[in-house]
Amino acid sequence: MTTVATPLAPADTASGAGANPRRRSVVWLGLVPFAAYVVLFLAIPAILAVGSGFFDNAGAFTFANLAAFANPNILQSFVSSIWISALTALLGAVIGALVCFALLGTRPDGFLRTIVDSASSVLAQFGGVMLAFAFTATIGTQGFITTSLVHLGLADNIFNSFDNKGTWIYQVSGLVIPYLYFQVPLMVLTFMPAMQGLKTTWAEASATLGGSRFTYWTRIGMPILAPAFFGSLILLFANSFSSYATAAALISQGGIIPLAIRQQLTSETVVGVANVAGVLALGMVVVMIVLMTAYSALQRRASRWQR
Amino acid sequence: MTAAAAVQTITSEPVVNRRPRGVGSRGFAAEPGKVTRWIILGVVGIVFLIPILAMIEFSLRLGQRIDGVQKYTFSHYTAVFDPANSAGYENLFQGITNSLGICLLTVAIVLVLLLPTMILVELKYPKLRALLEFVCIIPVTIPSIVLVVGFVPVYSVVASIFGSYPWTMAFAVGIIVLPYAYRPIAANLAAVEVIILSEASRSLGAGWGSVLWRVILPNLRRGILSSCFITIAVVLGEYTIASFLSQNTFQTALILVQHTDPYVAVIFALLALILAFVLLLIIGRIGSASPGGFRRKRRSA
Repeated sequence: MTTVATPLAPADTASGAGANPRRRSVVWLGLVPFAAYVVLFLAIPAILAVGSGFFDNAGAFTFANLAAFANPNILQSFVSSIWISALTALLGAVIGALVCFALLGTRPDGFLRTIVDSASSVLAQFGGVMLAFAFTATIGTQGFITTSLVHLGLADNIFNSFDNKGTWIYQVSGLVIPYLYFQVPLMVLTFMPAMQGLKTTWAEASATLGGSRFTYWTRIGMPILAPAFFGSLILLFANSFSSYATAAALISQGGIIPLAIRQQLTSETVVGVANVAGVLALGMVVVMIVLMTAYSALQRRASRWQR
Repeated sequence: MTAAAAVQTITSEPVVNRRPRGVGSRGFAAEPGKVTRWIILGVVGIVFLIPILAMIEFSLRLGQRIDGVQKYTFSHYTAVFDPANSAGYENLFQGITNSLGICLLTVAIVLVLLLPTMILVELKYPKLRALLEFVCIIPVTIPSIVLVVGFVPVYSVVASIFGSYPWTMAFAVGIIVLPYAYRPIAANLAAVEVIILSEASRSLGAGWGSVLWRVILPNLRRGILSSCFITIAVVLGEYTIASFLSQNTFQTALILVQHTDPYVAVIFALLALILAFVLLLIIGRIGSASPGGFRRKRRSA
């Protein structure tokens, strides 16, 4: 996750003496296709998404659409999105950090680490709909654990009648479990490089000075890892906040912001103002910008120890 | 913090972060004891295996539990390839075909648009490297559901030019893939002295064509391969864009088939997860095979 581009040779070797001005102007054209692609399919959609919130149905500029944020359903969706993201980020970060700790001292290119890395990447980045199926098969109405509990005599267990509102996995609070299934792996992927950055010599120095393993972790390890930990925590929050596929496969209504956007795009649920999807997109982007700014600040602090 | 600072001043000399293997510093080292390690990995590992095992269990079920007894069968697996059911799974196989087509096009976008730009920037415009990295990382920070809000109007234009074919989705998916595709190639570029290599081959009389084809690309093989595999995995798992552009891909077909035949949906989800795992395992193996060797060589040089 932290690919640091090491500066290569100084720039003057690149713009070598041989390149004549006419040649350069042609070389410059090589950047055009990619630039055009990024403008057409990244810049324009991003601007359209965020900008559309500021126009009414007649196409006139307005701030009136922002009133959508006062709608109780929308507000509730934001609250749900934020608490689910916060809870899964916190739990995911703590469990993931424990896994990283357990992996400390194993060979980075060894068999165990390759397995853990690959499994983490699959679950963190490509799960989506498939994770939803996995948890339907586990704790859904006909899920393995649910039916086993019923068989054991627990006809009304936590999974099939949570909060008296039916199957847990199909409720907004039930998202916590599948979300953890991609949050913990993401923590392992993002936090492991920082863990790996702890120098063995620090532990040795601490031991030479009479420190125990406990003193090492509380006085050296944790303070050094703190910025990286909080950085990963933010990344996990952002990940959960923006994830859509798992929730969409499990819940057919609204409940969190990405699902509210779906409702707006597919069925125009009445909120009373125009382009609510754009307004919600804007709200998400604002949250993401705040998160990413904090993340990069923490990452800069964390990287001081990773040289 | 003060203790950390003190330790830092003690070890201000550059230290290679590798303890000779077999030296028993376990008593005071930072790493966990064997028992602690395997308890943590064991518990988390088992908890994470349960849903996968539950999928396998579900895909083998024959009917409901009767008197608490669940019967099992392989019939759901064989049914997938039974010609008698082909009409029911037609949509799913069409979705898989579409996804594979989008995979090919997205890999082509990575190879034809991203890769040459990265090499060009590395060779001729190193000052643009930070900008390129920034552009390629942006899609991580914009949720796909937000981009979708913008893709819908863009694609009404795309559809009027190219028609509303599934493959047109590759343009949108290519953007989602950028951060994943960028990293392996960038890491590879950073480990190989592209400028020195190209100058060396130029001074030996090679044209730019052979510099690119016979010197730079072979050196970037590992990064390019990783990028392509990860691109394939991302495309196969993509759901958000496909569902809003109303295209039939693997993931949207899975959602549809789940309503009529949940067993088949679970079987294919399981296979896809395993396929992605294997692809990434291969990346892990080619990745760890020798970039480490590169770095070590450079450090000792």
